[in-house]
Amino acid sequence: MSELVIKGGRVLDATGEREADVLVRGGHVVAIGVGLVGDETLDASGCIVTPGLVDLHVHLREPGMEEAETVETGTRAAARGGFTAVVAMPNTTPPLDDPAVVAAVLAAGERAACTVVSAGCITKGRAGQELAPMGELHGLGVRIFSDDGDCVDDAGVMRRALEYSTALPGAVIAQHAEDSALVAGGAMHEGEWSSRLGIPGRPAAAEEVIIARDVILAALTGARLHFLHVSTAGSVELVRAAKARGLPVTAEAAPHHFTLTDECCATFDPMFKVNPPLRSDADVAAIKAALADGTIDAIATDHAPHPTEAKERPFEEAPSGMLGLETALALTWTELVEPGVLTPQEAFALLSWRPAAIAGLLERGQGVAIEPGSDAHLCVFDPSQRWEVDPQRLASKARNTPFAGRTLTGKVRHTVLRGKPVVIDGELT
Amino acid sequence: MTGMKHLLSIADLERNDLEDLLELSESFREVTQRDIPKVPALRGKVVVSLFYEDSTRTRISFETAAKRLSCDVMAFSVSSSSVQKGESLRDTVQTIEAMGIDAVVVRHSAAGAPNRVASWIDASVINAGDGCHEHPTQALLDLLTLRRHLGASLDGARVAIVGDIAHSRVARSGALAFAALGADVTLVAPPTLLPSTVAGWPVTVSHDLDELIPELDVIYLLRIQRERQGAVLFPSLREYTARYGLTVERASRLRKDALVMHPGPMNRGVEIAAEVAEGPASVITEQVTNGVAVRMAVLYTLLGTGAPVV
Repeated sequence: MSELVIKGGRVLDATGEREADVLVRGGHVVAIGVGLVGDETLDASGCIVTPGLVDLHVHLREPGMEEAETVETGTRAAARGGFTAVVAMPNTTPPLDDPAVVAAVLAAGERAACTVVSAGCITKGRAGQELAPMGELHGLGVRIFSDDGDCVDDAGVMRRALEYSTALPGAVIAQHAEDSALVAGGAMHEGEWSSRLGIPGRPAAAEEVIIARDVILAALTGARLHFLHVSTAGSVELVRAAKARGLPVTAEAAPHHFTLTDECCATFDPMFKVNPPLRSDADVAAIKAALADGTIDAIATDHAPHPTEAKERPFEEAPSGMLGLETALALTWTELVEPGVLTPQEAFALLSWRPAAIAGLLERGQGVAIEPGSDAHLCVFDPSQRWEVDPQRLASKARNTPFAGRTLTGKVRHTVLRGKPVVIDGELT
Repeated sequence: MTGMKHLLSIADLERNDLEDLLELSESFREVTQRDIPKVPALRGKVVVSLFYEDSTRTRISFETAAKRLSCDVMAFSVSSSSVQKGESLRDTVQTIEAMGIDAVVVRHSAAGAPNRVASWIDASVINAGDGCHEHPTQALLDLLTLRRHLGASLDGARVAIVGDIAHSRVARSGALAFAALGADVTLVAPPTLLPSTVAGWPVTVSHDLDELIPELDVIYLLRIQRERQGAVLFPSLREYTARYGLTVERASRLRKDALVMHPGPMNRGVEIAAEVAEGPASVITEQVTNGVAVRMAVLYTLLGTGAPVV
């Protein structure tokens, strides 16, 4: 059996960091140490070798919107971003509320450049009224249930979903927290900029009232509750308070919510349109603080591809969402690690083992410590390489990144999935 | 002012830009009063009006202005165009530009649509009203109207803009323009019709029209859209009129030389009483007249060679 050695890097995982080579055989790590040799060598000098990244929040658009992304193209983008597992969100057409549709996505994921786990809908058709067959979906391996893209507005439905999920081991209800009535018609953060630009607003309160309500429902039901893309200072306070009470609540934040503000919308370029919207400077500061103090558990991209023509419309008419997979780690490094907000280990915790724990993926060998016997899902990251984001060079099928032209520090050099390199020197194999 | 390519928002202009445009508007106002109100200043220039929203006065005003400058004018009608076949805004404007045009006048229901158009084509873009964002030529014609009554500077003038500020492009452009020329601007509305914040706006806010009425030099009423009634923004038109309408009784408490303005179209009996709209304080018809001169000035500034108007 052929052996792969990742040579000369600094191994960093939940247990700490050390200079070491990593020897991989048959999909597993077989040795850690100095001076290891194999049949094939990946140079990692100057690089950090970590467990592969895990993204809790990706829109692969299959089935139904294959003109924007597919399981194949989206996972290629993921691999290039250092991810070895992604959670596919269920707002597809048809939605992932049916075992057959989920099975099809998982089957496509078997051939993909990273591990694909499917989220399942909370409600049938994501309509917010009747429960989706959560137990059947759980039987296919679904652990994260979400109507993402839409909020479960009805408190009664949310209460029952939370309750029902407690019988399904490892299940998590993941809420897109934006009260539909409060965001109706809105296209950007409600505040000084929406007021000046005349673009209808989505208030921070729309997110916070749902988080406050759902924390109370989590306490009532004892269910595992996860908040998707938390974006406001008020939300952070609510999550912090819930955790202080010992409630089983987790939260994620997206890179664009710690790097961009609502002022970006002043260009009227829908590249900056996303739900929840880009917020104020104070919100960005609060998200960074919450990532640093552990209130927020994971960085998740909310990778949301759209065809170019869909974004070439007036701001209010364009769809919401932006790409994230290929820039997430570099943005985390550039905006959070280099300025000293996070240590490297905290950054990789937020991008790998903590989201892996939320999604039940540690049991599947994702995000686990790099030691003999562990599954070889690895990311080799060069923290010194500077590069400019060029939408034309992305592996994603879509081009809607708000970071075009931005120079970032740190680039994924190699990605290893089940012991096989899927990215070598930044290029897909 | 030289080198100005587009007119997208009042926020892009400085006080002296506004003053230059108003000076030029005065000279075009003179042109519009000649027996033959037409000059060859922009002969051969092609101006397209691209209206994605219904409009009577703004569209006719722009087309009249362009014709009085001897432009060739093409009117694009959304209802009879490829837009009905699903053509995108970008494809539409690029198709029109390929025919060889110098300026496009855009009215759209979405804020910033003219900014997008300006990023896609080389021709000049004039914003004729975009969603709830801006309506810069309305603000210019309002300024021209005010300065003909109050003098070249509005320093210290008390102006109240009353009505659905949150959804009004007229209010956004007007507040910026009036304040830029020195006016003291107050926005008056129920809290539900104000933007969530006025941080960054050069204005103060009031919910009490009666308290302000005796101090005003100018009261500017905005159209109340009847459909807002059902959107939990205020209980009824009757209650709106009682609290914020310029009724005959309220108008009687205005200063004698105060001016009454409205961008049209009016809901008589809602935001303004018919008698007040027709009364001596009203300059509403003058606003419409001044619209042509102001739009001539804008077109000339964007497309002209800089040679004197003859």
